[in-house]
This record gives sequence, structure tokens and C-alpha cells, in this order.
Amino acid sequence: MGLTAQSTGIYAFLEELSRSPVKADAVVALAGNPNTGKSTVFNGLTGLNQHTGNWPGKTVVLAKGNYRHRNKSITLVDLPGTYSLLANSADEQVARDFICFGDPDATVVVADATCLERNLNLVLQVIEITPKTILCVNLVDEAKRKRIEVDCPKLERSLGIPVVPAAARDKVGLTDLKEAIHKVVFGKQRNRPKRIVYNQAIEAVIGELQGEVKRLFQGKFNSRWVALRLLDGDPTLVNEMRNYLQRRQPKAEPFLEKGEGVKGFEQLSNRF
Amino acid sequence: MAVAEFELTQLPIGRMAEVVKVGLTGLARNRLLDLGLVPSTIVEAIRKSPSGDPVAYKIRGAVIALRSEESRHITVRSIN
Ligand SMILES: Nc1nc2c(ncn2[C@@H]2O[C@H](COP(=O)(O)OP(=O)(O)OP(=O)(O)O)[C@@H](O)[C@H]2O)c(=O)[nH]1
Ligand SMILES: [Mg+2]
Repeated sequence: MGLTAQSTGIYAFLEELSRSPVKADAVVALAGNPNTGKSTVFNGLTGLNQHTGNWPGKTVVLAKGNYRHRNKSITLVDLPGTYSLLANSADEQVARDFICFGDPDATVVVADATCLERNLNLVLQVIEITPKTILCVNLVDEAKRKRIEVDCPKLERSLGIPVVPAAARDKVGLTDLKEAIHKVVFGKQRNRPKRIVYNQAIEAVIGELQGEVKRLFQGKFNSRWVALRLLDGDPTLVNEMRNYLQRRQPKAEPFLEKGEGVKGFEQLSNRF
Repeated sequence: MAVAEFELTQLPIGRMAEVVKVGLTGLARNRLLDLGLVPSTIVEAIRKSPSGDPVAYKIRGAVIALRSEESRHITVRSIN
């Protein structure tokens, strides 16, 4: 069975995920730049317990699979490789929508140890959305060959999230990765991700917007991140937020009149 | 002494320069920033395609091809 998500099809995908025969204790997203070994990590963790394929009429293919660790069943979702979550392409939008609206229990970013610096852009974008992030520094074997050594404990301290070195093709580091995922998902470890601070003018507007975003979404999304995207004026995100507000049951928004959320959000997004 | 600033398109193959400014807006700007082209980044021109465009650059450990319509909006300054 294949699973795909169109740029706008996040809810269809989430429904598909919840209809899964395997009842998972947690859903974990796998993100990363193209060609960093995400699928190799995915295959290494899930073995043959996975499904991929084409879904008629859809554009982006997502693989999902399962593994067990410490008596918990974990569903992994292999997201498209992207350099960014700013939705410059359908792939980026799918990855972003899943991390933001799919509410995964954790997100693993697979990075290439041979050009780590460039990979950190995506890492910073992900930790800006969710603190429940784990960095897997993959291809350390290749890096070693190029005489590049990555100081993972130091990286862990500066990013404020667990950092696990791996050579996924040789199945090195995968047990440590499962353990790190377990700790983050089941609250055995609380991450304190590095907070990206913008200049004063931007921080002031974020503060202003955040309150309104919190009210409209009742704490559902990371209000700081939503405020930043409103400042970007990203139309795809505004659209997805509107979808969310329109879909929501009235009982889930006791403080808002029907339609007020959509209207309020429209006003908010029109300010920029 | 003022350091000369010029368009990335003028960087000779084999030379390095430092990014000063990305003079684009919107998605085109996002794309370049996401590739690591933020101010103070060191860029090295690696090689030209047969037609001379695009040119491959080394940026933050990765090789990336840029078309002149993108690279001419990137201001760099020479480094020694
Ligand atoms: N040396 C080495 N090669 C690896 C490692 N992990 C993956 N590879 C290789 O890197 C290549 C890309 O791996 P994939 O798993 O397909 O990468 P991906 O991130 O899923 O790629 P996209 O989905 O296209 O973004 C393959 O040839 C893998 O065999 C590793 O730890 N060490
Ligand atoms: Mg893949």
C-alpha cells in the first residue's frame, strides 16, 4: 500500500496513517537534505515492515514503516529530501506540512557529516517548529575518509537536542538512534533547542502577533513559528492554516464564534 | 583600503570570495539563502559548464550550480 501527500493533502495522509493496521505508540518523521541517507536509515530501522508506492493523481510519494523498540511500536514516515521548509517546492511543502500540522511525536533530521554546515539550515528550521527533534549525523564513515571529524557532544550542547552519529549503510548508530528517539518521544528527555533570536524590530512584531495567533489556534501550533511565517507572507502556509481553521469542529473552539477563527486569521495575515 | 565588491558572475574559476549581499526578494532569495548563501559565506568558483552557464560553486562544503541570472544578484568581495 502506498502513501502520498499532495501539497494540500496533509489531512488525507493523516487519515490514511490513522487507519493503519499497526497501532503505533508514536509517529516519527524523518527529514533531511536530499541524498543524506534518510531512506537507508528508514530501511535500517524498519526492515521489511514498510509500504511505498504511487497513489493515483498525487505528486509526492511518502514511505511509512514500523519498528519496535523497548516494547513500543514506532511508525516512521520518510519525508522528501529538502534543503528548507520554506515551501519553495511541493516537496518542501509536504515536509513542512507534515512536521507542522501532522504533529509527529518526534522529528529526526538526517544530516550529511561531510557537509554538515549546509545541513544545519534545515536543522535550525525544524527546531524552530518543534523541540522534539533529533539530529542524526549520517555518513560518518565517508567523513572519516575525508578526514572530517564531527564533535557530536559539542553540537548537542550548541543545538540543545540529541545528536547521534551514524553510518546507516553499515547499520552503525541505529540502536543509539532508536534509543534517542525513545527518550524524546516518551518524555525521558526534554530538549532545550537553541532559540533563534531576530532583530529587535522583528522580535517586537512577533510578540505582538503571537498573542493573537495563540488565541486563534488555542495553543495548537507553535505561535512563534506561525508569527514568523505570517511575517514572511508565505501564502501556502496561510492557506494551510485556513484549511485547519475551517475543518475544525466548533466544539474544539469554545472561545470562538463559528468562522471567527478564519476571519481573524485572514485579518492577521492581511496585515503583511 | 576599501575592498572591491563585485558580482559573483565575475569571480574567476579557482578563486574564492565572501558574500556581501543577496540582492533578490521572495522565493528566489529564499532558495539562495537555503543553499547557504548568507552574508559572510565563503564561495569558491569550481568550474564552468561547456556553455559557460551555469557555473559550479563550492558553498559550505557542497558543490552547487548557479545560473548567471541568479549569481549576478549576489554581491561578493575578494578575500586573500
Ligand atoms: N558511505 C555511506 N553511504 C551511505 C550511508 N548512508 C547512505 N549511504 C548511501 O548514500 C546514498 C543515498 O542514500 P539514500 O538513503 O537513498 O538517501 P536519501 O536521503 O533517502 O536520498 P533522497 O530520498 O533522494 O533525498 C546511497 O547510495 C546510500 O547507499 C552511510 O552511512 N555511509
Ligand atoms: Mg530517500
